Amino acid sequence: MGTFSFGSLLRNAMAGHKDWPRQWRAPDPKPAYDAIIVGAGGHGLATAYYLAKEHGVRNVAVLEKGWLGGGNTGRNTTIIRSNYLWEESEALYDHAVKLWEGLSHELNYNVMYSPRGVLMLAHNIHDIQVFKRHVHANRLAGIDNEWLTAEQAKEFCPPLNIAPGMRYPVLGAALRRRGGVARYDAVAWGYARAADRLGVDIIQNCEVKGIRRDANGAVTGVETTRGDIATKKIGVVAAGHTSVVMSMADVRMPLESFPLQALVSEPVKPVMPCVVMSNTIHAYISQSDKGELVIGAGTDQYISYSQTGGLHITTHTLDAICELFPMFRRMRMLRNWGGIVDVTPDRSPIIGKTPVPGLFVNCGWGTGGFKATPGSGHVFAATIARDEPHPIAAPFTMERFVTGRLIDEAAAAAVAH
Amino acid sequence: MLLILCPYCGPRAEIEFRCGGESHIERPGPYSEVDDGAWADYLFTRKNPKGEHRERWLHAAGCRQWFNVARDTVSHTILAVYPMGKTRPPTEAGT
Repeated sequence: MGTFSFGSLLRNAMAGHKDWPRQWRAPDPKPAYDAIIVGAGGHGLATAYYLAKEHGVRNVAVLEKGWLGGGNTGRNTTIIRSNYLWEESEALYDHAVKLWEGLSHELNYNVMYSPRGVLMLAHNIHDIQVFKRHVHANRLAGIDNEWLTAEQAKEFCPPLNIAPGMRYPVLGAALRRRGGVARYDAVAWGYARAADRLGVDIIQNCEVKGIRRDANGAVTGVETTRGDIATKKIGVVAAGHTSVVMSMADVRMPLESFPLQALVSEPVKPVMPCVVMSNTIHAYISQSDKGELVIGAGTDQYISYSQTGGLHITTHTLDAICELFPMFRRMRMLRNWGGIVDVTPDRSPIIGKTPVPGLFVNCGWGTGGFKATPGSGHVFAATIARDEPHPIAAPFTMERFVTGRLIDEAAAAAVAH
Repeated sequence: MLLILCPYCGPRAEIEFRCGGESHIERPGPYSEVDDGAWADYLFTRKNPKGEHRERWLHAAGCRQWFNVARDTVSHTILAVYPMGKTRPPTEAGT
C-alpha cells in the first residue's frame, strides 16, 4: 500500500494521480476474530488501531452497519480542547490532545490538526465565575487556559462583536490556545488505513443484529447481516445506537440519544482565526480550510434516531451567530445535518467493562466526542486487551452511576445544556 | 418541529412544550429495601428505544399541564396522546 511521503506525492502528481492504491482492503468477514469492534467511526477505528499496534491483538474486525466514518465522525464540528473542570476529565481529554499533536506523523496521514485556539465567551456574571473557575482548575492540572477581557477577545478574534448594546454582551472569554480543529474525514481514514496495514479487517455494510452468549453469559460472537462471527471480546463503540446494540446482550444503559445539528455556509476567504464557542447563547463557529463557516447548534429536547433535528434549533443558533458576528448576517448556509449523540446523565463518557463477560463499551460522549478520538481509542484498546480499565479510563465505568461517583461535567459541550 | 396535540389546548407547535423524558418510571420501594443498583436504575437507566417511545410532555407556554405521548423515535410520528397517571393505551404495541 506504500507510505505517504513527499516522494510518493510527487510521483503520483506526475502520473496524474491515477496510480494511488486503495487505502484499505474490503475483506469478507472471517468465521472468528480475537476481538470485534462494533462501529467504524473515529473512536472504533482508533480502538482497533491501538489494539493492533500497542497490544499485539491484530486478529480484529471492525463492523460497520453503514460506511466508515459516516456517523458522528463525519457530522461534528471538529473542535478539539481539553479545558474541562474535573481532574478525571482533564486527564482523559488532555491524553487525547497529546495524541492529536503527533497523530499525523503516527498515522502517516495528514489529519490537518490545527491548534488555532478555542475562545469560550462569557455573557453574564455566572459565566465569568464559572469560566474563571475552569481557568484556575485547568492551570492546576497543567492545561493552558487563560482569561481574556472583551477587548482582548476582540483582539484575538477580530470579527467578534463586543458592542455593549448587544442583547447578551461579551463580558470576557476563556482562551484555550492549544485547542483547535482537525479534518474529521482524515481522522477516520488515517486510522482505518493504519489499522488495516496492521491486519485489522474493516467490514462495512455489516450490521450487528445480535450478540451470542454462552451458558455463563459470556459473549461468544455476533450475528450480522453478513453472517455469524465468533469472538470472545466485543467492544461496542456505536455512539447514538449504543442502547440498541447493548440491548442485544440485555444490558440497559444510562443513555439517551438526541439529534445534534450543525451547518456550514458558502465558502469565503479566511476570516475566522480561531474557534468561538458560547454556552449561554448556544452557538459555536469556526472556519474550515475550504472556507466554509462551520456552525454547531444544540440538541433537540426529545429522543430521536432520525439524524435530523428541528429547524428552530438551527435558527436559534443563527440568531446568536448574527449577533456575535454581524458581518456574517448575509452569508448563505449551504448544508444542515444532524447526528445522533448518546448523552449520559453526568455528561461524561462511559468507557469500560460491562456486567457481561467479554463485552466492553465506549459510549456516552454526547455532544463532544470528536476531540477525544485518539485518547478514547487508546484507553479503550488497553481496557479490552488487559480486561481491566486503563488508569485514565478507570473513573469512567458504568458502576459510577451505582456508587454515585459521577463526573458531573458542565464543561462537556458548548450548547447541549 | 413537532406539531403536538395538547389534550387540553389542541394542536400547538413544539416550542410551546418541554419534553420530560421517559414515562412510566416507577419509584422503587419501600425505601429500606431498595439497593443502590435499583436506585441507579430508577434515576439513570433509560430505555432509549429506536422505535416507539412513551414520554412525558409539559405544555409549558400554554396550559402548563403534563401529559403522556407515544412517539416513534425514527419517524417522529406521534402515535398517541394520553393523560398522566393512565396506563398505555391497549391498542398500541408496548415498548
